[in-house]
Amino acid sequence: MKRVGLFIPCYIDVFYPNAALSTLKILKDLGYEVDYPLNQSCCGQPFLNSGVFSEAKGLAEKFIEIFKDFDYVIAPSASCVATVRYRYRELLKPSKELEKIIANTYEICEFLHDVVKLKELRVSFPHRVGFHQSCHGLRELELGVGSELVKPQYSKVKYLLNLVKDIEIVDLKRPDECCGFGGTFSINEPEISIAMGRDRIEDHKKAGAEYIVGYDMSCLMHMEAIAKRENEDIKFLHVVEILAGADDES
Amino acid sequence: MNHRERAREFLADREYAKWHDEALWFVRMKRDAAAKSVKEWEDLREAAEKIKEHTIEHLGFYLREFAKNASKKGIKVHFAKDAKEHNEIVYSILKKHRVTKVVKSKSMLTEECELNPFLESRGIEVTDTDLGERIVQLRGDRPSHIVLPAIHLKKEQIGKLFEEKLHIEKGNSDPLYLTNEARKDLRDKFLKAQGAITGVNFAVSETGGIVVCTNEGNADLGTSLAKVHIACMGIEKLIPKLKHLGVFTRLLARNATGQPITSYTTHFNSPSKDKEMHIVIVDNGRSEILKNKEHKKALFCIRCGACMNTCPIYRRSGGHSYSYVIPGPIGSVLANARDLKNNGDLAFASTLCGSCTNICPVKIDLHHQLFSYRKEYVQRGYMGFKKRLSYKTASFILRNPFFFLASMKGYKAFYPFLSKMNLWGEGRALPKPAKKSFREIYKEME
Ligand code: SF4
Repeated sequence: MKRVGLFIPCYIDVFYPNAALSTLKILKDLGYEVDYPLNQSCCGQPFLNSGVFSEAKGLAEKFIEIFKDFDYVIAPSASCVATVRYRYRELLKPSKELEKIIANTYEICEFLHDVVKLKELRVSFPHRVGFHQSCHGLRELELGVGSELVKPQYSKVKYLLNLVKDIEIVDLKRPDECCGFGGTFSINEPEISIAMGRDRIEDHKKAGAEYIVGYDMSCLMHMEAIAKRENEDIKFLHVVEILAGADDES
Repeated sequence: MNHRERAREFLADREYAKWHDEALWFVRMKRDAAAKSVKEWEDLREAAEKIKEHTIEHLGFYLREFAKNASKKGIKVHFAKDAKEHNEIVYSILKKHRVTKVVKSKSMLTEECELNPFLESRGIEVTDTDLGERIVQLRGDRPSHIVLPAIHLKKEQIGKLFEEKLHIEKGNSDPLYLTNEARKDLRDKFLKAQGAITGVNFAVSETGGIVVCTNEGNADLGTSLAKVHIACMGIEKLIPKLKHLGVFTRLLARNATGQPITSYTTHFNSPSKDKEMHIVIVDNGRSEILKNKEHKKALFCIRCGACMNTCPIYRRSGGHSYSYVIPGPIGSVLANARDLKNNGDLAFASTLCGSCTNICPVKIDLHHQLFSYRKEYVQRGYMGFKKRLSYKTASFILRNPFFFLASMKGYKAFYPFLSKMNLWGEGRALPKPAKKSFREIYKEME
């Protein structure tokens, strides 16, 4: 049996345990042996994106140390996975362990699509959802095709959502515009960050979405924080929560 | 003021900011439709990237070839190492011909070199003839976009400006009317000008000729009437052969405005009878960028402006929120290449969403460029001490389970208090911790 190490970024651990639980559940149901090493915290992404490489290094080393013996490392967070896959080489000395981790670290939806090759799901979600395509998952991990490119449009995550019964995915005016989170950007430039998030929420609401769903909880957290402040009636879920059979109340 | 402060000002008028965002998004949509009409679009981008890569790699050779071939055709070629030299060369040519009035079509290079004030202070009247640039010039403003210089202005503002400067009918801001009035005013300038300055979109090494793309034909009218034509270009404008041109013209107009081709694509291959033609080739810091392996790709830029139209930050902060003459993603990259210390805020004025990289017709990895400038910014010690310290502390906490768990607990315990402090900006509520963290639930399950 293949062993999976679960990577849960710290904010999901604290704010969105259900996204983590859903990841765990879906993997266990598929027959994987899943372990959640308790000494984990952060992949280093916020430091890398702020240019503070020296501070990211220790976290990256720790990440490798914790996860090096697993067959797969899986996270419900596309931007963390993109960090490991595309940034760690710039940060760490070349090693077999590093290459192994880079090759075997997946975002959960990506894993279900590429490795498990999920063909059917026995869950229903009778709601109208707006699908938020977070940038790092879209343009770095290539979970979909950016609207700028002249290529056949395809989204791995939309494919999974379409396996869910009774779900309706609404059409957005801007299908992949950034929500303005951008990690420390949200702190450095709060005015633009919030304006961008507001515009995203408005697009989803106008399209009739009851839920905004996505594969990067951090973007959803940012939009949820804005929606709360503005008393917007819209809910947020990680896609994996729906795939794992989230009920209405979660 | 830094980018954030200027952006805040821009966003203060929510309705105006929304209008600006929508206006540029509309251009992006037109671009998408035009790009999608060319099924080999992505192949064209790849070809364009390869041609630029090759040219920049052998720039010395192609520059010499170009100068040789242009000279053979009777064009006078000058090299300028910086803005000052460029301006002096242009001035000396104009002076020799006793030019007192000159018309200029769009050229970001002359903006970069601040040619207008240089010539004006020496008694030469310079008229920008591109409609957008003319508007900006009449306002004493600067372009906020490289293709749409006056995109930050609403038609009513332009109407007001023309009332004051061109004495047009009051309260009429019909775009067609305004354009006609500007045209009448410009007609006179064209007829009286003794010199014409243009930019250059492409310089063909093989032929020694240059290509200028405009939508208004202003470069053509200017150069046809005046007795001397001065074309100003950066060293990176070269392409090796005429056969390569089609790759770029097919990309340029579609990506810039969604048109299949610019209304005028003019080849200047030699001076007309009894006239003079000069080309001033400027370095002004470009060879420094060329030497930098990690950043030389910035020189591939063909100035289509698409990275601005697609940038969610640019659309919501406007071109004037950038401290460099070229705004948006490519502007931030070039500004960082020139002076990272003073333009560092621009490296951080991005979510690194990558839309610019996807849209760039010559495949400049714009968001990766910004990412690596952030790294250099910190490495060179430009980040403030307080900020550095906060990153150091955060990383220490995250590396040590004891402190990490303690701070998580602290956050939860103090949440009612913290949530009142607008720690994440006024427009955002602080995220609320769940009843139990995943860690706690997981431990219970074990
Ligand atoms: S960087 Fe690329 S997209 Fe931006 S203006 Fe230059 S060519 Fe166009």
